[in-house]
Amino acid sequence: MANKEEILDAAKKVAVKAAEAALDVAGKVLDKAAEALEDAKEAQQAEAPKAEAPKAEAKPAAKKEAKVITPKDAKIPEGPLELKWTNYKNHQKLVNPANKRRLDVIVVGTGLAGASAAASLAEMGFNVLNFCIQDSPRRAHSIAAQGGINAAKNYQNDGDSVYRLYYDTIKGGDYRAREANVYRLAEVSNNIIDQCVAQGVPFAREYGGLLDNRSFGGAQVSRTFYAKGQTGQQLLLGAYSALSRQIGKGKVKMYTRYEMLDIVMIADENGEKRARGIIARNLVTGRIERFFAHAVVVGSGGYGNTFFLSTNAMASNGSAAMQMYRHGAYFANPCYAQIHPTCIPKHGDFQSKLTLMSESLRNDGRIWVPKKLEDAKLLQAGKIKGRDIPEEDRDYYLERRYPAFGNLVPRDVASRAAKERCDKGYGVNNTGLAVFLDFSDAIQRLGKDVVAQKYGNLFQMYEKIVDENPYENPMMIFPAIHYTMGGIWVDYELQTSVKGLFCIGEANFSDHGANRLGASALMQGLADGYFVLPYTIQNYLADQIGVPRMSTDLPEFAEAEKAVQEKINKLMAIQGKRSVDSIHKELGLIMWDFVGMGRTAEGLKEGIKKIDAIKKEFWTNVYIPGEANSLNNELEKALRLADFIEIGRLMAVDALHREESCGGHFREEYQTPEGEALRQDDKFSYVGCWKYTGEDSEPELIKEPLDYEFTERKTRNYKN
Amino acid sequence: MDQYIDIKVRVWRQAGPKAQGHFETYELKHVFQGASFLEMIDILNEQLVAEHKDPVTYDHDCREGICGMCSMYVNGHPHGPDSAITTCQLHMRKFKDGETITVEPWRSRAFPVIKDLMVDRGAYDKIMQAGGFVSVNTGGVPDANAIPIPKPVADEAMDAASCIGCGACAAACKNGSAMLFVSAKVSQLALLPQGKVEAAARAKAMVAKMDELGFGNCTNTGACAAECPKSVSLANIARLNREFLCAKFQD
Repeated sequence: MANKEEILDAAKKVAVKAAEAALDVAGKVLDKAAEALEDAKEAQQAEAPKAEAPKAEAKPAAKKEAKVITPKDAKIPEGPLELKWTNYKNHQKLVNPANKRRLDVIVVGTGLAGASAAASLAEMGFNVLNFCIQDSPRRAHSIAAQGGINAAKNYQNDGDSVYRLYYDTIKGGDYRAREANVYRLAEVSNNIIDQCVAQGVPFAREYGGLLDNRSFGGAQVSRTFYAKGQTGQQLLLGAYSALSRQIGKGKVKMYTRYEMLDIVMIADENGEKRARGIIARNLVTGRIERFFAHAVVVGSGGYGNTFFLSTNAMASNGSAAMQMYRHGAYFANPCYAQIHPTCIPKHGDFQSKLTLMSESLRNDGRIWVPKKLEDAKLLQAGKIKGRDIPEEDRDYYLERRYPAFGNLVPRDVASRAAKERCDKGYGVNNTGLAVFLDFSDAIQRLGKDVVAQKYGNLFQMYEKIVDENPYENPMMIFPAIHYTMGGIWVDYELQTSVKGLFCIGEANFSDHGANRLGASALMQGLADGYFVLPYTIQNYLADQIGVPRMSTDLPEFAEAEKAVQEKINKLMAIQGKRSVDSIHKELGLIMWDFVGMGRTAEGLKEGIKKIDAIKKEFWTNVYIPGEANSLNNELEKALRLADFIEIGRLMAVDALHREESCGGHFREEYQTPEGEALRQDDKFSYVGCWKYTGEDSEPELIKEPLDYEFTERKTRNYKN
Repeated sequence: MDQYIDIKVRVWRQAGPKAQGHFETYELKHVFQGASFLEMIDILNEQLVAEHKDPVTYDHDCREGICGMCSMYVNGHPHGPDSAITTCQLHMRKFKDGETITVEPWRSRAFPVIKDLMVDRGAYDKIMQAGGFVSVNTGGVPDANAIPIPKPVADEAMDAASCIGCGACAAACKNGSAMLFVSAKVSQLALLPQGKVEAAARAKAMVAKMDELGFGNCTNTGACAAECPKSVSLANIARLNREFLCAKFQD
């Protein structure tokens, strides 16, 4: 029986709620108005100085106020951080099953992002055309990721949560990532683990039968799921199996040994250009072919191979990114490249790549160099071994400098600390460019068997390459280029600044800010492919259901193909004296010396000049044997190198403009007295987006300000 | 200690799938033993390009033993004379000064040569498409810890799952059988509760596809496991046979 008071109370509550809602709406209207005013002001500011801005040489946009991308442009949903993704999903447009069948989507790449996206889209009912450069989708370079994948499951009961994973990621990225994106990433991380287990991914387990976790850099909890030292392989094979199932069903048409060479843009009835297909080269026959789709998704990985020597696979390249960039997609934060601290040191000029030793080794391995310079000299001369140096003469410099995180500081911090010691002369191998990663403590504490069980395959890999037993003598490691946080700018929907063109995984810039934490690349690739893009792309495709399949005989396709053919002909006609690799190696050295771990304004300017010279050398003196219209590895490499040169320059230009140190970008002019990165939040708290303005013309800088609404920005502190 | 050595490389050259192939011998001087085998081929190719000759075409990508791309017979063994590694992890310290090294593409009818050392392994993908998966869609799956899996079972599944799909097993087999490859996937998924549901149907579908694609039968010679770069165990073949028989009895 409801009494009067209760009824009155309920009525009151309703009234209050209504009033609150009204206030909310009014507030939002006001906010919108203020935003519009702000936009108008910004537009004015952006327009006005533009007219009188003198044409700057190396730094365009330096003198004039750069154009600005607002949160609205980036389609960041309203509401509190933890409700943004839910709100988005509740209000986005969907495509009904009958219409899905009528829509084609091209997915370029079959790594974690590409394969999971292609499989998920096909499961939903879209027709998918999937392309990869290897002979099988299972070989994309995600396969080589070793350590693990993060998720906020809190299975270990050590205080983890979605918020904590979000916070660690945004802090690890040195506050240069978008809050909304990172929160969504942390939110879907748990779904990924569930999905992978359901697919039969054999994650490591404890004796009770539940999933095991390990720790990774930049976190104080154990949230990393792993499958021996082959986590990337197992996750990729999971995605590959889902993809194979759809290929078998005929929902995905798979094109292996194909390389995209351009994106085809076709204008809609309002004259707005949209991505409607690609031009790709069949790498076996050399034939250039045309493919139509209603939308194009690119998951082509990172551009670390600009440095020639990196931990990337030989065929990993940045050409897809450059093709998007040339069509107007912004290239965001190109200078944010991650140098991984635990790679096997370089051993000769013939070297083709660097091999990574998983970050998981830092769970049990201790990093050190000798305390005494004379010991270092003996090591460099090969007169003593690491094990000959007594405990008291070892400098465990990470534990010394960062007591709270010790050997598990983020990658950028660990890499710079190694460089600092080696620059001071404490390097431990013949080149002086190596530090020790020592397992003797762990072997004493846990026994050799346990260590072997945890890291056996990594130890074996090390021994095969270096010919030295890491159980007996400490491993030698040195930093190497590993991952690129920068990439093609995307909005919250993972759509680039070009309509109908989406970018996922490492190829986009979205979630890692200026530095990526370990075990977060796998998380992002699968988040994008399984749980984000398949939703957000529908918000675009819902408006495309009336667009019929187009013929690839349209003039736009013919023109794109012709341009690609002309570029190839031009390269083949050079007939110079230098091999592609020899020029690429030269570019790599310039990148490492001038755009590497420690950057200066002077060095970057010098680097840009040298890259320009390399470009000239390449376009006048490269030699490509064989025919264009047949299998030709040298031609493939040349096409990729042409783009690496452009990316290298863009990295240098971006690094020069960003007058601060943050995450993987370290400008020597901006450091604390202790040598830590010094951010300039008042000036550089934005995403630096570069817009293509034409061949050999300086790109235009567009800024997306990063306003931290929900998280307080601090100086990263891993000391206490 | 690693030294510099002079070698001769006898390489299979074949211009295309239908072209007549032949061996060609090249001399390489001053090769550092710290170089990987593929780096040695790079050096050879740089030399060939400098002479305006066609470089040797070969598959390679990650160069850390996990992508499964590199595929060549070196001195009569898939992935070369060392055990439990791929060609990219083979180093020149395994060869002597003055040695002649013979390099051929995978030998298997189901892997036709595309050019030189590059072969078409599309057949392996087709077998996977026939049933090498758990039939779950994205989303709507139970919590990852909902079904505990005993550690030894998970570990065994992981060992089977470590297959890199390189094709060495079929290339090593005198019958050209793909049983080790197929059994690795069938085992991994049959061991885990998530894959157990479809275990019989999977075994049948994958074996039928393997037969259809022209792979030979298994006579338990064990050459596949001996040459497998990931040491995938022969026990997997026994498990495949068990699953296959179960499926047959169910029919």
